[in-house]
Amino acid sequence: MPRQITLKDHFFESRLVMNRAILLLVAGALLLAVLLARLFYLQVLAHEHFTTLSEDNRVKLQPIAPNRGLIYDRNGILLAENLPSYRLEITPEQIDDMDATLGALEEIIEIRDIDRSRFEKLLHRKPRFEAIPLRFHLSDEEVARFSVNRHRFPGVDIAAGLSRHYPHGSLAVHALGYVGRIDEKALQQLDSSNYRGTSHFGKIGIEKTYESILHGTVGLQHVETTAQGRVIRVLSRTPPVSGRNIYLTIDSRVQAAAEKAFAGYTGSAIAIDPNNGDILAFVSEPTYDPNAFVNGIDFGDYAALRDNTKQPLFNRALRGQYPPGSTIKPFVGLAGLEEGVTTRHSSTYCPGFYTLPGNTRKFRDWKHTGHGTVDLNKSIVQSCDVYFYDLALSLGIDRIHDYLQNFGFGRASGIDIQGELSGLLPSRNWKRARHDQPWFPGETLITGIGQGFFLVTPVQLATATAALANGGRLLQPNIVYAEQIANSDDLLPHQPRILDTITINEQQHWDAVIQSMTDVVHSARGTARKIGEDSPWTIAGKTGTAQVYGLKQEEKYDAEAIPEELRDHALFIAFAPVEEPKIAVAVIIEHGGGGGSVAAPVARAILDAYLESSPP
Amino acid sequence: MSIVLTPHREDASRSGWQYRLHLDAPLLFSLITVSALGLIVLYSAGGGDIALVERQLIRLGIAFTGMLVVAQLSPGMLQRLTPWLFVLGVLFLLAVLIGGEISGGAQRWLNLYFVRFQPSEMMKLAVPMMVAWYLADTRLPPNPWQLLASATLIAVPMLMIAKQPDLGTALLIASSGFFVLFLAGLQWRLLAFFSVLLAAAAPLLWHFMHDYQRQRVITFLNPESDPLGSGYHIIQSKIAIGSGGLLGKGWMNGTQSQLDFLPERSTDFIFAVLGEEFGFLGILTLFALYTAIVVRGIMITIQAQDTYTRLLAGSLSMTFCVYFIVNTGMVTGVLPVVGLPLPMISYGGTSIVTLMAGFGILMSIQTHRKLLSA
Repeated sequence: MPRQITLKDHFFESRLVMNRAILLLVAGALLLAVLLARLFYLQVLAHEHFTTLSEDNRVKLQPIAPNRGLIYDRNGILLAENLPSYRLEITPEQIDDMDATLGALEEIIEIRDIDRSRFEKLLHRKPRFEAIPLRFHLSDEEVARFSVNRHRFPGVDIAAGLSRHYPHGSLAVHALGYVGRIDEKALQQLDSSNYRGTSHFGKIGIEKTYESILHGTVGLQHVETTAQGRVIRVLSRTPPVSGRNIYLTIDSRVQAAAEKAFAGYTGSAIAIDPNNGDILAFVSEPTYDPNAFVNGIDFGDYAALRDNTKQPLFNRALRGQYPPGSTIKPFVGLAGLEEGVTTRHSSTYCPGFYTLPGNTRKFRDWKHTGHGTVDLNKSIVQSCDVYFYDLALSLGIDRIHDYLQNFGFGRASGIDIQGELSGLLPSRNWKRARHDQPWFPGETLITGIGQGFFLVTPVQLATATAALANGGRLLQPNIVYAEQIANSDDLLPHQPRILDTITINEQQHWDAVIQSMTDVVHSARGTARKIGEDSPWTIAGKTGTAQVYGLKQEEKYDAEAIPEELRDHALFIAFAPVEEPKIAVAVIIEHGGGGGSVAAPVARAILDAYLESSPP
Repeated sequence: MSIVLTPHREDASRSGWQYRLHLDAPLLFSLITVSALGLIVLYSAGGGDIALVERQLIRLGIAFTGMLVVAQLSPGMLQRLTPWLFVLGVLFLLAVLIGGEISGGAQRWLNLYFVRFQPSEMMKLAVPMMVAWYLADTRLPPNPWQLLASATLIAVPMLMIAKQPDLGTALLIASSGFFVLFLAGLQWRLLAFFSVLLAAAAPLLWHFMHDYQRQRVITFLNPESDPLGSGYHIIQSKIAIGSGGLLGKGWMNGTQSQLDFLPERSTDFIFAVLGEEFGFLGILTLFALYTAIVVRGIMITIQAQDTYTRLLAGSLSMTFCVYFIVNTGMVTGVLPVVGLPLPMISYGGTSIVTLMAGFGILMSIQTHRKLLSA
């Protein structure tokens, strides 16, 4: 019997295996059913969800930077353009030995430290398949040299792009400003969505003030990318809107003539059209080349500009605040007439100094020997200080302040370049608030000759002169003449803005002051007679010499004996032609000495440059 | 009339060439169709690289030749060779553990100078053959001692392979051995007992797992826990399959596959390429072919004439079933990531040769039967 147990029952075993096999098949079918249910869920029920995820994977939104608007002068001469520029790019994933490659590149192309450090910063931030710029603005020679050696540098390429360029270099740089690369700090201030593709933005000047107009609107494209982000193709595209072109009111010929006339002087000159407030020339000397800033200025070059004692980066036209000196006299004289404090015919004796009643302190006239008996005309023509000490005292600081305020002194002119300072027109209230002191009569005297606390910017002085020239209309100086939508010929002009109209009590008063200013230039004893001798146009002007350095009571001013940085500022204001004023200028030359000898010729050069070329 | 053990309706339709070449037409047809479909998907998964397809075609050629050769060996001869094959395999595995070549962090390869191969592949066939060989002479169902002996025959090579480490293959080998035991009539109460034991041993298993294997389990339970790391594969393959929809994005048009979002798309995750480009219908087609292969294998099992061939054929068929279910389960996120390719379709590997040799055994079993008709 036990032996029988070990006998195999083939029929039983065949049935057993068959049953078990069918069971396994059923089990397999169940698993398959689970799997199919899962696939049905993924592919049919949740299909849309996964389609969205898949699209999100493959489609990326890429910005397309708009072209920056161009800047022209009023005659259509290009001042800021976008030039095709070649940059050297390196794709890290194609480079085996980065140090060796950079070393070899350095032999044929100049690589500055700033290029290298920026490159290394980007190297850590960007994906390895993305080309990273190493050098911008390759010269033609460098492009050629690299092209010949290209086979030695797999993964290194030259890419073309547009780069801001200022073809006239430093011309009008303090008005134009410049663009620079967008850095982390700037990114927080800019509209991040509109600047997604943009590398540069206006950092100063017109470029900054009109940034929103010049920049344009970013375009977008949907691109298909691989998992690594490499672009395969463009799916759809919304083109960018280019920034608007800007036409400046500046006349580059006048600007160039003005800058030339400065001939190394430090200072500022503003020329303005008294009929509409257009700035014709905007000079602040010395200047610098804005092109150096576009792609990051070398640290050494920047330090040289920053540490230069003449401060080329300082915008004197907007931010330089100077005592107006004698150039204020026509305004104070007009105040005296209009306020009824004096008449054209009343005169004062000038012994060369002035003392307040009951006080021994002498207020000196610039002319030691005195001017003798002078009326308003003579006092303006010869720039007598004593007459104006007396007049100022009669007017009092309150009336001086209120009247001069009409001409825009003491407040920002509203010029459309950012960063303007407002100067200082002193008053009782101001002194109380600022110094917590009462106003002293002596301060009224020196205010009357544009000294003391009184400070003006060149732009203010030019605007005030223009208001004098146009018969009392205080215009907002504007530096943009028109905007132009890209690819269109139509100009959208900026309208002139009258800020204030000065009440004229008697036209004769104005005429008298203007006549006196004309005599400054054209009469035999005028302080600026030298520029009037051969002038084809009648010029009304006023010289000014502003003290930087206070003289002691009995000390004599001797230009040769004191260091240059303490010498007087030379000033001159003028407009011409007197009959029908087309241009008003204010010139300030720091430590230049006499207004008539130094500043007036610069003003004359500006007037000539404009009037010779301007249509009648 | 004599007694017939198997239905003979089919035998009447057998054509001569199947017997002469020892091939099984339905199985061969299904295998060729799956391979062809695989080449089409592989061409797309490789980004249109024809060289990749050519290399795979050569591999398939070798595999089909291997199948043809194995099919010529009679089941009797296979049965006689079984112990030698098994012993040789174990020795090879031992050699691998001592001095095998390391590739991809695992020690799986044995360099025999004239050929470099993975002994674990050989064990995929040797283990079920050995267990079937052992049980063939016993009376079914196996008693506990026989069960213990069988379990040892399975466990020794399995643990050696798991140690390499190659969890996927170890799992396949374990299941192939298990299928032999199950077909041999493993008692249900013992099955239940072992299931409980296995569940209880799970924490212990966790303890012996490699870090990357543990990570796979964690990822499986929550793929979003590390979407850019270990969960990335599964997230991207689900997106690929799901976005394929009913009809797919079209051949060569799968964005997930063509734009590199899907990792390992020509090897372990090729199923996702099929799902993305050919959709649910494409997957149904593949499943239909796979099912045909498994069903045909079970039919051969049922028609087989002795215990050895029955147990072996059934185990080989069901192992194939496990093979593709584990891979597709992994790619669709219902099973943890186990490094198993999609059979007949994934690029590369010696596995395809083993697989086809297995089908060669099935064909041999089917075509060496003695007709018992009168």
